[in-house]
Amino acid sequence: MTNIKKIAVLGGGVAGMETSIQLNRLGYQVDLIEIEDKLGGHVRNWYKLFPDHKPADEFLEKLISNLSATDVQIKTSIQINAFLRKEKKLCLFDQACEFGVYDAVVVATGFDLFEAYRKEEYGFGIYKNVITSAGLETMFLGKTIKTSGGNVPKRVGLVHCVGSRDEKCGNLHCSKVCCITAVKQAITLRQMLPNTEVFCFYMDMRMFGPSYEELYREAQEKWAVRFIRGRISEAAQNADETILIKTEDTLTGRQLKMNVDLLVLMVGMLPSKGTTVIGKKTGLDFGMNRFLKVKDEHYHANETNQEGIFVAGSASAPMNISDTISHARAAATAVDHYLKTTDHERFSEKNNIRNLEKALHEK
Amino acid sequence: MMKFYDPFILPFVIGLYFIFAYLGIKFAVMLIRIGKPERKKIAKGIFSVKTLSAVKEVFLEALLHKRIFKVNPMLGYMHMSLAFGWFLLILFGKIGTLSYSRDFFNPIHYAIFFKYFEPRDPAFFYSKTYFLLMDSFLLFILSGLTLAIVKRFRTRIFGMKKTTRLRFFDRMALTSLWLIFPFRLLAESFTSGAFQSGHFLSGTLGSVFAGFLPVENLMYPAWWAYSLALGFFFVSLPFSRYMHIPTEMLLIFLRKWGLDTGTKMSGYAEAQVLSCSRCGICIDNCQLKTAGETQANPVYFIQALRNQQVNPALAMNCLQCGRCEEICPVKIDIRQLRLITRQHLTPDQSDYHYLPVEQPVKADVIFFGGCMTHLTPGIVAAMKKLVAESGEKVWFMDEQESVCCGRPQLLAGEAESAMRLIEHNRQLITGSGAKLLVTSCPICLTVFVREYNLGIEVLHHSQYLLRLTRSQKIRPKPALLKIAYHDPCELGRGNAIYEEPRQLINSSAILVKTKHEKQMSLCCGGSLGNLQLNADQQNLILDETLQSLTAANPDIIATSCPLCKKTFQKSSPVPVLDIAEIAAGTWQHYIQPASQNQEKANIHELAENQLMN
Ligand SMILES: Cc1cc2nc3c(=O)[nH]c(=O)nc-3n(C[C@H](O)[C@H](O)[C@H](O)COP(=O)(O)OP(=O)(O)OC[C@H]3O[C@@H](n4cnc5c(N)ncnc54)[C@H](O)[C@@H]3O)c2cc1C
Ligand code: SF4
Ligand code: SF4
Ligand code: SF4
Repeated sequence: MTNIKKIAVLGGGVAGMETSIQLNRLGYQVDLIEIEDKLGGHVRNWYKLFPDHKPADEFLEKLISNLSATDVQIKTSIQINAFLRKEKKLCLFDQACEFGVYDAVVVATGFDLFEAYRKEEYGFGIYKNVITSAGLETMFLGKTIKTSGGNVPKRVGLVHCVGSRDEKCGNLHCSKVCCITAVKQAITLRQMLPNTEVFCFYMDMRMFGPSYEELYREAQEKWAVRFIRGRISEAAQNADETILIKTEDTLTGRQLKMNVDLLVLMVGMLPSKGTTVIGKKTGLDFGMNRFLKVKDEHYHANETNQEGIFVAGSASAPMNISDTISHARAAATAVDHYLKTTDHERFSEKNNIRNLEKALHEK
Repeated sequence: MMKFYDPFILPFVIGLYFIFAYLGIKFAVMLIRIGKPERKKIAKGIFSVKTLSAVKEVFLEALLHKRIFKVNPMLGYMHMSLAFGWFLLILFGKIGTLSYSRDFFNPIHYAIFFKYFEPRDPAFFYSKTYFLLMDSFLLFILSGLTLAIVKRFRTRIFGMKKTTRLRFFDRMALTSLWLIFPFRLLAESFTSGAFQSGHFLSGTLGSVFAGFLPVENLMYPAWWAYSLALGFFFVSLPFSRYMHIPTEMLLIFLRKWGLDTGTKMSGYAEAQVLSCSRCGICIDNCQLKTAGETQANPVYFIQALRNQQVNPALAMNCLQCGRCEEICPVKIDIRQLRLITRQHLTPDQSDYHYLPVEQPVKADVIFFGGCMTHLTPGIVAAMKKLVAESGEKVWFMDEQESVCCGRPQLLAGEAESAMRLIEHNRQLITGSGAKLLVTSCPICLTVFVREYNLGIEVLHHSQYLLRLTRSQKIRPKPALLKIAYHDPCELGRGNAIYEEPRQLINSSAILVKTKHEKQMSLCCGGSLGNLQLNADQQNLILDETLQSLTAANPDIIATSCPLCKKTFQKSSPVPVLDIAEIAAGTWQHYIQPASQNQEKANIHELAENQLMN
């Protein structure tokens, strides 16, 4: 009984759920601690997933049913406020009381979306027909895509890199998934509204995953989505509440002005508030992009500078679901290795000493 | 031969004639280089009350150093004791010799070395008081000198973190200056000791010295030393920072007569450069230090300017925030000097065929947002709402086609480009027949006021909105928010508008105090004026300023400059709003930053339904 090691997984998104499932399968006792009242994280808000248009709820259902098959303790609506080290163990506090004592902690607290109002020139919160990519997913889920005036938009513009790769916003990193999200959303738009023109304004197309490039091609060829290379410099609201955007098509070198009925901002990914706060409280290092820093990008991509504290999923960098799943599984292996090596090390240390003494005697 | 002569006076006399001749020529050249229009101002001002007020300022600043006192009393005392003490010593010395010799034309050195020529303290009208005073003045100076020496070695107690670096001539002048008064004390004491004369200081010291030193033999070398120190000081003065002493007096007069620094290196600009005492007070106030820049600090910039060592990097590395000028006791036009060095550093862009052809629209009031306001549409939206409420007839001039006000070009030293843009906008403004021009951008405001010559009233939108509020044309929406107001550099120090935005905020919300307010407000770091700092350095300045603003835990930060707003948005922990947005009540979407959270909440419900279906 006392031999079973206990692990706390913070964050019940894709990363946290998958890590918990794997750790449980490896024979550990796992508490999955989620701050909100439901599991699922951001994916709960998405309609269909790239690259295969699988409904997000279908994917989540599968994950949750796998989780239910384990004896992972799911603790929702819990906020961990403090951490304390007790020898090799970590003590977690919820409000002022001790919540539990663990042999290892996995931080899977995910990301937050860039707050679009910080990029004021695009008018989010000011112009009625400017929404974010997350807002568009909501519209998809509700199956109604309407402008503020209640009409079907005839022309939609998708703006890439909002709050990413932008020194003026203080974020230099690429959020990685928003290009392919834009491709996915553009296709969905064309599917749902066949008479609507869709334009994507991009800086580079980062089609990094398997079959992403193919999807991009499909968007152009099959769905006639127009991709224009150029950063939107500013947006203005016309009297009829449509949005006038200005950009330069850097491929043709032409200044471009265009009216759209709906402007969608592909907001970037930033470390979530939970990620930042927990990182600070446990003394974790942060990278240049302010996400949690891992010990080694190649070989120790789940270990942190703090012994016994691991990271899984988008708390460490922007990533898509498949990478999140891989990262989560790797986290489980890393934790397992850590918990076993400590015993093993003690054993081999003793062995070494014994061998040394023996060698000395024989001399 | 001369009446009161001894070879030891020669170093002093030579030094003195040298410095008079040098200053005479130098100032004459400066006045010639001031240029005709500016010289006319001198001719107009010289016989006016301005001259009297300049005399007063010379007394307050060049002698008493009132402004330094305000910054730091101890430092002020140091400067005052040296300047004012020496002045008193010379003045009373002269009065003494006059009342004793009754010869109006006695030579200057007679007063300086009075004790040598009259070692027995002759009696004359009020002579007792006179000698008492002279000893006190010397003591006064020596106390300040002690502080100066301590300051060289320990700067902190003077409230300055960094004292200025020294160059060769400065070192020479400084050493001789430090020696002048101790030598005078020794010379007078030895003489008093030898002749059993002197007062509480020289007399007492004299009899003490006489007890164990051959004062009769030491006295003459001491007078030589005193004269040499004086001579050395005078000769090195023009090439050292002490040139500021005479030049500052000239500067005060020139400034009172209304001279303008202008855009070229004129005699007036040169006078400003030479007036810098290198007191170093500006260093701690310049945020370049926060950004890790030390070479470009105002005092070193001015030094480089004097030595003709300004390179483009140095010229460009300045936020144009004006914090240095605010605290500079000499009130040097540091920003403008920096701009002068920027002239022609960047190639002037001469191609302006892209300027749109526009027709002015008839209106009573013009609103000009400027390029920066285009990046903060929340301000325009708020202005539109308020204007609609007020019923005023306003033309939003640059809403569709917009041409830059020209200030960024001026800041970059591209005067010709700027004039092209200014001309374009001026024609539109005058063509519309408007009586009032309102802008929400302090950067535009400055150039409208200084360069456009519009002949109509120009207001910042904080002033305009306050006026509309007072005349009850608009009613700012009440907001139960604690607001920390940030004074934009260009609005506050640039245009002295501090109160209007505060009153406007106070009319509908709660203003909290912040650490650096009004004249001392920090720069947001996003300044268009600096073309040298990198993003990380700008962020260092931004962080410092945000920390100061959020110390009192406000709900929001308010400002009245689109550039400040944009810069703060990058990393402010609380929403950043323009004063117009507060007045218009169009801030709700920021307060729950959170429109996204709201979005999220809805999403949750929807997603929930989907899962269950
Ligand atoms: C608009 C958009 C569309 C996308 N579409 C796709 C797609 O189609 N396909 C795809 O592969 N990927 C997509 N992604 C990426 C996908 O959302 C992420 O890969 C995935 O959400 C990462 O999961 P996560 O668990 O690491 O983080 P999250 O989803 O952010 O989950 C983190 C969890 O931790 C919880 N938490 C936070 N703080 C605390 C705390 N202090 N204590 C406890 N719990 C806490 C949160 O409540 C949340 O439940 C999309 C991303 C965006 C932005
Ligand atoms: S993934 Fe694409 S849209 Fe997102 S930040 Fe990177 S380049 Fe920009
Ligand atoms: S610029 Fe002004 S504050 Fe700075 S050293 Fe010179 S005199 Fe002093
Ligand atoms: S204007 Fe500002 S940045 Fe420039 S020298 Fe003065 S204090 Fe420093």
